[in-house]
Amino acid sequence: MLGADLTLYEEDERRLAAVLRRLCEDAKSRAVFLIDKSGQLIAAAGETANVDTTSLASLTAGNIAASGGLAQLLGEKEFSVLFHEGEKDNLHISVVAQRAILVVLFDHRSSLGLVRLRLKRAAEDIGQAFAEMALRTQQEAGRGRAAFRAQFAQLTDEDIENLFKG
Amino acid sequence: MSFINYAAREINCKLVYYGPGLCGKTTNLQHIYSKVEPNTKGKLISLATETERTLFFDFLPLELGTIRGFKTRFHLYTVPGQVFYDASRKLILRGTDGVILVADSQIERVEANIESLENLEANLTEQNLSLGRLPFVLQYNKRDLPNVVPVEELQVLLNPNNAPWFEACAKKGAGVFETLKGVAKLVLNELKKKT
Repeated sequence: MLGADLTLYEEDERRLAAVLRRLCEDAKSRAVFLIDKSGQLIAAAGETANVDTTSLASLTAGNIAASGGLAQLLGEKEFSVLFHEGEKDNLHISVVAQRAILVVLFDHRSSLGLVRLRLKRAAEDIGQAFAEMALRTQQEAGRGRAAFRAQFAQLTDEDIENLFKG
Repeated sequence: MSFINYAAREINCKLVYYGPGLCGKTTNLQHIYSKVEPNTKGKLISLATETERTLFFDFLPLELGTIRGFKTRFHLYTVPGQVFYDASRKLILRGTDGVILVADSQIERVEANIESLENLEANLTEQNLSLGRLPFVLQYNKRDLPNVVPVEELQVLLNPNNAPWFEACAKKGAGVFETLKGVAKLVLNELKKKT
């Protein structure tokens, strides 16, 4: 499992995006999204151009959080799968690798059964990717992070003031 | 919980507006939404009741600009202020990088402000957090109304640790961006410390 703060490097993004692309194809879905439980979009694949992914991420995280609250109320650990059925499109939402949420958007070209079947492998791959990301972050807290640290160490109040100009 | 994406060169942070019912949390977000450029904001989502009281949360993603080569995005959330929505407030607080307590300056809301602050502290404690360790600012809202408590008094009641504070009239927009800037500064400086 990753630490509290999430750091995503380019190779992580490529790897996760590849998992999502395969899932999207195998499950014959319209789009697939991987979201952090706090509501940040991590990666996506498929027909995402017309989707407000930021709002989708936030609302999905709220949905999972509310379901988690309900689960605790009833003495369950969590409700790890949610399914929303629409007239044309459906959403399959599941918790993967404990900290992330996988959203599959699909229509009549696929089915709940197929989505659930294909999800298993993708969830394993994502779990594996996260485990390796966590391990690597521990082992080499350097690299891009060092560059970022160097840049951020020089952060001034003026930089922040500039954000609010214009 | 900040999210640094090296691939997209983005920093994402979560801010939560807390406070008693009808103190002006949603109004803060509405003002920000109305004033920022369309290309720097996403949709303002309000999960509210039919009487426009916040039911779960309001959400506004905001892109402030580039800082040291990284796009800086803030996700602004409000909690439902009414006392009985405490379970929802706990969920929304999860993973927050900074908190703004919006206090209603009117005399009759003094107790509600104190109750909300105590509720915030209790909910943070459940997550092993505390106000002293988290970027935190106060906004004394509705300063334009006639029946307000003097700021000095509110400071004693609500701000014993002397966190940054701002006077505001969110309905007219006064103090809204100052408050946001105040907490953004603390969050980015905290990120600087952590990296």
